[in-house]
This record gives sequence, structure tokens and C-alpha cells, in this order.
Amino acid sequence: MLFKENIARIVFLSASILSAVATLLILGFMILLSLPVLETGMIWGILTDPWSPDHGRFGILAMIVGTVYISSFSLLISFPISLGCSFFIQIIHPDSPGRFLKLLVQLMTAIPTVIYGFVGVFLLVPIVRKVFSYGSGMSILSASLMLAILISPTMILFFSQSFARVPKRFLDATEALGATSFQKLFYVILPNAWTGVFTGLVLAFGRAMGDTLIALMISGNSVVLPSSILDSARTLTAHIAMIIAADFDSIEFKTIFICGGVLYIMTSCGILLARFSVKKRVR
Amino acid sequence: MNKRFILIKCLMAMTVIIFSYGICSASGLDAFKGEKGVLRISGGTAHIPVIMEVAKRIMTANPDIQITIAGGGSGAGIKQVGEGLVNIGNSGRLPTEIEVEKYNLVIYKWAIDGVAPVVNPKNSIQKLSSKELQDIYSGKITNWKTLGGEDRSINIYTRDKSSGTREVFWKKALGKGDIFGRANFVASNGAMKSAVTNDPYALGYVSVGYIDNSVAPVSLDNVAPSLDTVKTGEYKVARGLFSNTKGTATGLAKKFIDYLLSSEGQKLAAEKGFIPVN
Repeated sequence: MLFKENIARIVFLSASILSAVATLLILGFMILLSLPVLETGMIWGILTDPWSPDHGRFGILAMIVGTVYISSFSLLISFPISLGCSFFIQIIHPDSPGRFLKLLVQLMTAIPTVIYGFVGVFLLVPIVRKVFSYGSGMSILSASLMLAILISPTMILFFSQSFARVPKRFLDATEALGATSFQKLFYVILPNAWTGVFTGLVLAFGRAMGDTLIALMISGNSVVLPSSILDSARTLTAHIAMIIAADFDSIEFKTIFICGGVLYIMTSCGILLARFSVKKRVR
Repeated sequence: MNKRFILIKCLMAMTVIIFSYGICSASGLDAFKGEKGVLRISGGTAHIPVIMEVAKRIMTANPDIQITIAGGGSGAGIKQVGEGLVNIGNSGRLPTEIEVEKYNLVIYKWAIDGVAPVVNPKNSIQKLSSKELQDIYSGKITNWKTLGGEDRSINIYTRDKSSGTREVFWKKALGKGDIFGRANFVASNGAMKSAVTNDPYALGYVSVGYIDNSVAPVSLDNVAPSLDTVKTGEYKVARGLFSNTKGTATGLAKKFIDYLLSSEGQKLAAEKGFIPVN
């Protein structure tokens, strides 16, 4: 028995060490590969310049801004919808309509992103172009809307899980006091399920930021700073995908490691920040 | 019932065998008899319609051969064949001297292709001067109204750096002028075509082989881009279509390229809207 337990301990320990080391190795790898560029002192230029390889400028500021815009907008659209959806699933109708909806949401997680991309290109983009009579329809707005749909299952499932953990007696007591659904959500469930909601939010944000295909297919990929949400923009991930297809040893290629590093740091910061604030809140 | 079914199946199988034998014996596909293995092809997207059809013919005639086809653009094709990731790397531009030397590439040119500016068929403006085209792509002209069209902004589409189509268009149609940062980027000739088909205010450019009813070619300085005008040399924005191998082509790759250069392959290239070289 003891022997078996030891084996289990070793297996689990090595699994966790492996995944932790892999994460750190990736960071190290990214830094190592961006060293040639870092050494030339181009880093400031890369972070602030426009992208114009023909003129020897390799700035990725527009891509950083594009990434931040697209992922935050998608979160902004998706958050209230997901919140409402999980409230419906878990609290208002936990019986068949809720169960059906939950099943549907679970199915949504299985849809490959390229399908969302297709729907975006052939359905959403023309609609956005027509409704706003501006530009090509390939825009921050289109990409954010599509991404919002992509990340909503992550949020809905996480939210409803944490809602389910709110003690039943709290809910019963609220009901006995004659609270409305709205009051129930805001004064009882959210304060109690706060950490779960936050985790869902962080994961969804990571997913939105890391997604490549939707942005690549429907955000238009232009390389200037966007001035409105109807402008076309390029994300860091789409930028990496486009450059990596073209070249293996140009300066452009070297700068994409900086892109990767920036992306890594941005997501890590987001997660650390969320963790920190959750801890504070719990205390 | 069951027996009849088996009989029908047998008959069908026999027809297929006879039929494919017919194709085999009558064509240059004979060379592939007895061959087996995998042939990997990637690179230029302008090539794909022809490559795809040739691959289909070969694989129908000889199911033991597997041919995989990927896009990626000319740059990717050259790099990948150079790194040994694929057997044939296609490019819509001549590989540079540096590339040829570095990877020991052997170049096979099997067709000539034009690159044409295209708009949505609904667009009334289907004629531009070189100057106008350059001004649009550099961002000096931004509205169709300036050219006598609707009061809508011009949605420019372009390809990424890996594209041979872009390279030729940039060199010969834009005179190496700037391409405006607001341009939308798409990843292949096919993606360009579907973008322009869907966007009534689009301006893009594709390989002449890709032009059909869904996009309208734009006459440049009063020369309509077409097979004929490219052939006579009137339409200047043209390039060769190349298949590159690392060292002289051998085995399946050699037979594949031989087929492209055979009278059948050349006929096929012409059918797909390119100009044969032989």
C-alpha cells in the first residue's frame, strides 16, 4: 500500500514539475531567441515604431494595441452574456431548459475555431460592412464579436460551476426574504462565487488573447494603429502566423520572438494580477 | 439480393479497372506505373489549381502514390524545399541567387501567369491607369468617388511578404511603390478571391488563372488582363510559375515535373488559365 502511494506521489510530482519546467523553458527559449535583436538595441524601436519592413522599421506597437483591443472587447461583450447564461442555467431554470442550454454550451467547446472563422468571413463580416457602411467589415468589431462567442463557453461553464457551489441554504434564505432574481444574483451569488467568476474571466481572457485563427481570418490584419473599432487591425498571434509563413532568417523573423515574449508577459501579467486581487478579496 | 449486390460490385470494379487502364495507356501517366510513396508539395498558391488536378490524375491512376499539397506562398515553398521539408517547392517568382546558392535549388518553369488587379463585379470602375493604381495602393486615393464611383472608401487587399504574386504585382504594377498600412492582408490567391467576391468595395490582385465570374479584372492603362494579352506581352504584369527542387529532381518529384512539362500537363495549364511554356 505504502509502496503504491509512493509511486503515485512520484508520478504526480514529476508531472507537475514537468509542466512547470516546460512553461519556464518556453520563456527562456523566447528570451534566448530574441537575444540577437535585444543586443542590437532595437528593442525600443520595435516596441514603438510602425511596421514597415521596406523602410527598415519593425515596430509591433500596432499589433500590441490590436491584441489588447480585440481581446478586451470580446471579453466586454462576452462577460454579461455568459453571466446571464450561467445564472439561467444554474439558478433560474436548473431543470430541463437549463440542462439543455448547458449541453449546448458544452457542445460549443468542441467546435474548432476555424469554423467560427468561416462563419465570421461569410456571415458576420458582410453584415458588419452593411450595417455600418464603413470599411471592409474586416474589423476589430467583427473579430471581437466572433471571439466573444468562442470564449463564452469557457466562462459559462466556469461561472455555473462556481454558482453551484453557493450553499443552497443561502439561496433558500434569500428567497424566504422575498428577494428578486436580480437581488439574488448581485447580493448573494456573485459575492460568494466571486473567485470562480474571476478564474473563468482570466481563462477566457487568455484564450481570447492567444487565439490566432479568428483574428487572422476576420480582423483584416492591417498594420497601422486602429483609430476606431470598425478599423482593421492585426493581433500579435496573427502577426506571428503571417511572418513565420514567409521567412526563416530575416530581421522580420527575428522580431517575432519579441512578439511571442510580449504576448507571454501580457498573459502572465493578467493572470498574476487576477490571482493577486482574488487573494486580497478572499482575505 | 445479396448475390446481385456482389455482382454489381464486381461489375463496377471491373469498369473502374478498365476505365483507369484506358486513361493510363493513353497518357503520360504511364510513367507512374509501379511507383509508390509520398510526394510533398508546398508553396505558391497560384500553382494550386494545376498541381491539384495533376495530383488527382496521378493518384487515380496509381493509388499507391500519395501526394500532399499545401499553400504558404512562394517564400514558404522555397524555404521548405530548401530545408528538405517538402519534395517540390512552388514559387511564383524566380528564387533569388542567394536562395539558389544556399539551398542548391534547381528551377523548373512550367507556365507563365499574369497578375491582375481585381474588383467586385458590382463595381462600376473596371479601368485604372497605373498612376491611379499606385495612388490607391499608397493611400493617396482612398475613395471610389475620386475615380467616379460610389462614395465609399476603397478597401485595399494585399498579400503578405511570402507571396510571389505580391512580389510581381509590387514590382511591375506598383513600380515598387509603397503599400498603405491600412490594407487588409490575406494569405492566398483563393482567400484574396473570396475576399473580393464578398466585398463590393474591394480592390485586390490575383493570378489571372483565378479570374472567373466572381471577380472582375481591372484593365490597366486600357489593357485588359487576360490569357491573350499576357501571351502577346501587351499586359506587362506577368511572371513565370516555377517548381523548385533541392538538387536535380529525382524519383516521383522528377516524374511529377516531367508530367507538368509534357503536352498533357501543358494542356492542363492552359485550361486552368495559364500560358504553357512548351
